[in-house]
Amino acid sequence: MAKKITAQEAAALVKDGMTVMVGGFLSVGGANEVLHAVAESGVKNLTVICNDGGQPKFEHGVQELIHNGQVAHLIATHIGVNPEVGQMMNAGTMKVTLVPQGSMAEKIRAGGYGLGGVLTPTGLGTPVGEEAGKPVYTINGKEYLFEEPLHADVAICYGTQCDQYGNVRFHGTTRNFNVVMATAADTVILQADELVDEINPDDVIIQGILVDYVVDGGAK
Amino acid sequence: MEKSEIKKYIAKRVAKEFHDGDVVNLGIGLPTMVPAFLPDDVKVILEAENGMVGAGAKPEVADPCISDAGGSPASIATGGAFIDSATSFGLIRGGHVDATVLGALQVDEKGNLANWIIPGKMVPGMGGAMDLVVGASNVIVAMEHTQKGNHKILKECTLPLTAKTCVTKIITEMGVMNVTDKGLELVEINPEFTVEQVQEATGATLIISPDLKNIEA
Repeated sequence: MAKKITAQEAAALVKDGMTVMVGGFLSVGGANEVLHAVAESGVKNLTVICNDGGQPKFEHGVQELIHNGQVAHLIATHIGVNPEVGQMMNAGTMKVTLVPQGSMAEKIRAGGYGLGGVLTPTGLGTPVGEEAGKPVYTINGKEYLFEEPLHADVAICYGTQCDQYGNVRFHGTTRNFNVVMATAADTVILQADELVDEINPDDVIIQGILVDYVVDGGAK
Repeated sequence: MEKSEIKKYIAKRVAKEFHDGDVVNLGIGLPTMVPAFLPDDVKVILEAENGMVGAGAKPEVADPCISDAGGSPASIATGGAFIDSATSFGLIRGGHVDATVLGALQVDEKGNLANWIIPGKMVPGMGGAMDLVVGASNVIVAMEHTQKGNHKILKECTLPLTAKTCVTKIITEMGVMNVTDKGLELVEINPEFTVEQVQEATGATLIISPDLKNIEA
């Protein structure tokens, strides 16, 4: 059984200095009620792992935490949509680590699935590859870059529907990083648009055993 | 040609690269114009790295839960599937995407590509580009030949790379160049330009194909 809590109770699970995975891709598939509560909680010095730096045109989302100065280190794939991220990076007020999107997904998957890392051709010969000190291995004559796994204290994920067992199903392109992030954190918070009794096992994308807390996003 | 005409001309030529049933990922900007120019008998399957195989037309009514990789409202085509990020890049890296079309800041004669950072100036991040150019079978750079007269097609990229030796073809308003072991081979030319003009606008020495044709865009 996943425990049903409020967005504020969920936010209280995030403590100063924690590493937090945040699902969503730009404005789509983010647990915005929970993120807003985290922003209001004033928790600080967070390391945030998120696809992007959010979109300033929307009120709620990861961009709120960044704007408030609550993020000490952002690990992301793309920050161009939120100019504040680049400004803070250049001013030295927030550390930013850029990771290729596919490598990010695999690093998180490795962290959640008990793997010691991944070997990928992505990033070879670039500033995020061997130039960044990452080892290169040759397997069957082809070079691969070693990428370490990513793990977090808390994952803040979104789902379209969540049932009383914590099973989650999705609509549209909202799956994005939510699915892997739910495997790779000590505590997983899932905000759903709709809480239902039971989801058809054929439709379950995130298994209930991964979800610790459920928040009613109230969209339905 | 005016700027909007240039983009249309390039997109129209890129559209000729695809075969019916190809799986294609299109970058933001000019590449998204390509599907409009596909012949009726060529249907491609659009992969959107944020979570779709089989992206559809721009929707009349936006569904906030369906977007393209640029965050704009999108739709899914009949036969399509929604996927998560790990699956999406598994498909990309695993060689299941036939072609990707994207822009470049610089591209060089070895097929090296730079399109994600201008140190000290612009740092949007690489997003999915590094994975796409490593994984897709054909990597087509579609861009204006120069940046306000400055060379973008070079002997060697000076900006940090997106990936090494990944580009297979460059399509601009001046011509079509294949990346070969020996360098860049000009295989098609816009008849509005001479070979000399194309060479002058290029920072690498072009190999002129003996079968050089006019672009039919």
